[in-house]
Amino acid sequence: MSFPLLTATAALPAVGAIATAAVPAARRTAAKWLALFFSLATLVLAVVVAVRFDPDGDRYQLTESRAWISDFGVRYELGVDGIGVALIALTALLIPFIILAGWHDADPLETKSSRWRPTQGFFALILAVEAMVIISFEATDVFLFYIFFEAMLIPMYFLIGGFGDRAHAGSDEKASAQRSYAAVKFLLYNLVGGLIMLAAVIGLYVVAGNFSLQEIAEARANGSLDMATNTERLLFLGFFFAFAVKAPLWPLHTWLPNAMGEATAPVAVLITAVVDKGGTFAMLRFCLQLFPEASKWATPAILVLALISIIYGALLAVGQRDIKRLVAYASISHFGFIILGIFAMTSQGQSGATLYMVNHGLSTAALMLVAGFLISRRGSRLIADYGGVQKVAPVLAGTFLIGGLATLSLPGLAPFVSEFLVLVGTFARYPAVGIIATFGIVLAALYTLVLYQRTMTGPVKPEVASMPDLKVRELAVVAPLIALLIVLGVYPKPVTELVNPAVKHTMSDVQKKDPKPEVEAAK
Amino acid sequence: MSATAVHSLWTTAADPIDKIDAPNIEYGQLAPTLIVIGAAVIGVLIEAFVPRKSRYYAQLFVSVVALAAAFAAVVALAAGGYGTTKARIAAMGAIAVDGPALFLQGTILLAGLVAIFTFAERKLDPVAHGNRVDSFVAQAGAVPGSEGEQAATKAGFATTEVFPLALFAIGGMLVFPSANDLLTFFIALEVFSLPLYLLCALARRKRLMSQEAAVKYFLLGAFASAFTLFGIALIYGYAGSVSYGTVAKVVDGTITTVDPALAGTMGNDALLLIGSAMIVMGLLFKVGAVPFHMWTPDVYQGAPTPVTGFMAAATKVAAFGALLRLLYVVLPGLRWDWRPVMYGVAVITMLGGAIVAITQTDIKRLLAYSSIAHAGFILAGVIATTKDGVSSVLFYLGAYSFVTIGAFAVVTLVRDAGGEATHLSKWAGLGRRSPLVAAVFAVFLLAFAGIPLTSGFSGKFAVFKAAAEGGAGALVVVGVISSAIAAFFYIRVIVLMFFSEPKADGPTVAVPSPLTMTAIGLGVAVTLVLGVAPQYFLDLASQSGVFVR
Repeated sequence: MSFPLLTATAALPAVGAIATAAVPAARRTAAKWLALFFSLATLVLAVVVAVRFDPDGDRYQLTESRAWISDFGVRYELGVDGIGVALIALTALLIPFIILAGWHDADPLETKSSRWRPTQGFFALILAVEAMVIISFEATDVFLFYIFFEAMLIPMYFLIGGFGDRAHAGSDEKASAQRSYAAVKFLLYNLVGGLIMLAAVIGLYVVAGNFSLQEIAEARANGSLDMATNTERLLFLGFFFAFAVKAPLWPLHTWLPNAMGEATAPVAVLITAVVDKGGTFAMLRFCLQLFPEASKWATPAILVLALISIIYGALLAVGQRDIKRLVAYASISHFGFIILGIFAMTSQGQSGATLYMVNHGLSTAALMLVAGFLISRRGSRLIADYGGVQKVAPVLAGTFLIGGLATLSLPGLAPFVSEFLVLVGTFARYPAVGIIATFGIVLAALYTLVLYQRTMTGPVKPEVASMPDLKVRELAVVAPLIALLIVLGVYPKPVTELVNPAVKHTMSDVQKKDPKPEVEAAK
Repeated sequence: MSATAVHSLWTTAADPIDKIDAPNIEYGQLAPTLIVIGAAVIGVLIEAFVPRKSRYYAQLFVSVVALAAAFAAVVALAAGGYGTTKARIAAMGAIAVDGPALFLQGTILLAGLVAIFTFAERKLDPVAHGNRVDSFVAQAGAVPGSEGEQAATKAGFATTEVFPLALFAIGGMLVFPSANDLLTFFIALEVFSLPLYLLCALARRKRLMSQEAAVKYFLLGAFASAFTLFGIALIYGYAGSVSYGTVAKVVDGTITTVDPALAGTMGNDALLLIGSAMIVMGLLFKVGAVPFHMWTPDVYQGAPTPVTGFMAAATKVAAFGALLRLLYVVLPGLRWDWRPVMYGVAVITMLGGAIVAITQTDIKRLLAYSSIAHAGFILAGVIATTKDGVSSVLFYLGAYSFVTIGAFAVVTLVRDAGGEATHLSKWAGLGRRSPLVAAVFAVFLLAFAGIPLTSGFSGKFAVFKAAAEGGAGALVVVGVISSAIAAFFYIRVIVLMFFSEPKADGPTVAVPSPLTMTAIGLGVAVTLVLGVAPQYFLDLASQSGVFVR
């Protein structure tokens, strides 16, 4: 057996988490560097995965398969397709920036207790989340996927609840109550989703007798595994519910603004740019493959929910007074686009949706992390507390603007390509839906530009007059992200080439052909 | 021994005396029980003859050696094939030696061993008059708050009787799931119940509460026992025998000959239905299933915490073992009658336990309601009526008992001036003060909640899978819904420990001796191993899934 590359990619951050947690209390800085080192090493492995992956080869590559819990019909089966590779790369890429951006977020306020080691815990939890997210992108066994899809909630929960936003006065009672409310809400929503999925997972086992994605999909395709229509629909709904909570899709989205508002900016990025991608990824990989008929059956309803997400998320973003909640609602709107692309059942739509997952990760990370730097300077999340920042901190304002423009899908920046593909793909099959979704872009322009205008332009508010510009560490976080946004905006081919063959497979799973005329996807 | 074991004793009584055979007892196959009961008797003798100062050590030594030896005997029997190919009925038809019996006995013995460690803990309570003290009262007979009590404390008395009492209880629990006739079943029930009633009354702190708990437990337990006994009498009237095998044959119609002495009642279905309902009722009382759960919170709260942990783990294992054997060996012919009833009980137990737990403010009561909810999950495996159902229940019981003992052991560590600080508000900010203890407790809570990568998830998945395959899909849905409700209050405790500011007058975490550390460490280890790599134990449970008849 060759070197288990996928296992190593997931195991490395897990080892890093343990190592970081074990660093003594006094050596706080060492823990940070250790965490950064492990996240970079994981990035190297992820790059190796991407290089070793052959887009025109088999559907699942670098596969590993070992016996695990044979009583449950569970095997330790890993394998990646193009979509998985893209998302693993995104995860591994973002984590070092998240760590770097959160460098001082978990420094203890007072250093009295020798046992309480929040810094070590913070970085260890981030790495633990990374490990679980990566393995859930790799799992081709439904049970294995489920385990990590669920288990990642626990470290996430501690990250949200344990390390709140300093800007909201770290120690006062109200802030701490809000924070634990947000953490509990996050956990309960996702846990309920996960438990309902558990019932469906068990149901799938009763019907299929094993959990291997490939075996079940094959058996479904050649007709040896026949599901009653109602069974398939119920199982589909069980799976989809969990993914829709995580993605999050309206009306199951309400945990996201709380969680992103209360968490520190890097953790908010971790939630929306990395963890939530598990939901949309799983829709593509599990819902469409395992339950193609039911997916088609549910498409109209899901498209409507996605449309509502797009418009509703954008409208609420316009009305927000809190910068971080604004980004959260913008994300809800964007997840609506991703789900729209997936369920439009066209190859442009699905390629666009996958590309969107990557680009949304990058653009939200850029916007949110800069917003985090801004908030940490002023100590407030309210838009009204800012004004004229571009005069005192031009670099900060400039990067904020680029992040914002990426969020509103300005041509030339990466998200434009994906949003365009999603809209084209949707329009080809459902013109009315495509037209309504376009309004989301208009609203995006509104909330981003108004946000920029209110915070960065105008007369300089006295409280921000002495605001320092971005430091070297902060620039090191933002500059590469912006560079990537520009590169992928002009030249998205590396990602689309990776993704397109995988999307073809998914399309053939649901036995859908693109409506005429064929549009060449982003050549 | 023929199937009509006990009944034949009476019918042959009129025969000439020279025809009575000496009973044939397979001592080797009964070794686990005999070792434990023997050690309990030695424990009583130690109380009588060994000087007061050395009793604690002598008792601890005897108990640990006996439990370890009995466990070794179980392993030897299992290795000898008694769990599978050589499964048999021993002791003149009174005891079954088969897979489920050995698996459960092994679980009970290990749980008992760990519980004994927590019984013997003497570093937590502050030193009283120069003597190290455990969680038990100095002199059980002294009136709470009286001068006699103070004198006993001052003199350094200790209730070392808890060790033989626990051994007797464990002995009864070993017999309970392996009993193969209704009389042995009943005797085992009493042998393990009576010492537990006593143990509940022996708390060092909050003695009145402890005694109240014991009285409640005793009264309700006595009722339950009476019901069970009456049920046994009715079954005898129906089948003309108390042997499991014979009753089963009469139930499914293979034996139709009517005993002339019972001509009026034998074969009367009303007797069968009422009788089996009463016996099952007694068992549901012991496992704490709704609506027979009323005693659980009070007793769990009042009893000394090590006893609570022991009770919550081992009693449940023994009682579910007996329930399984009763339903699968004696009453499979009645499946279509008891299955809907148990289905209903499982539903209200899962939901009831989970919903009522939300409002609890005492950690021990919270764990009590959580144990009720867990009884419901296990019942979901019981009603599967498949071999997988049996092995999933066995696995669940094994996984659950270690989490429970570990969790209660952690509860004993968190203390303030009044002893254990069990009110939830006092646990606020524990994670800041003692991250390790809080983290360990969080692991147990996550296991209770059934989060993946803990033993709780593997167990839950096993029983739900068995239930779904047994055609109870709706029950699985109820199960996951009540899991979600239950998750809420486990998480509430975690929130309290980690995200709340510690109070100024909050409790301290006592540093335990290696005994309690072993109990907790073992709990964590089992929780994680069964969560990540449960295959070996699932195999063990599935090999042990066949009852002998």
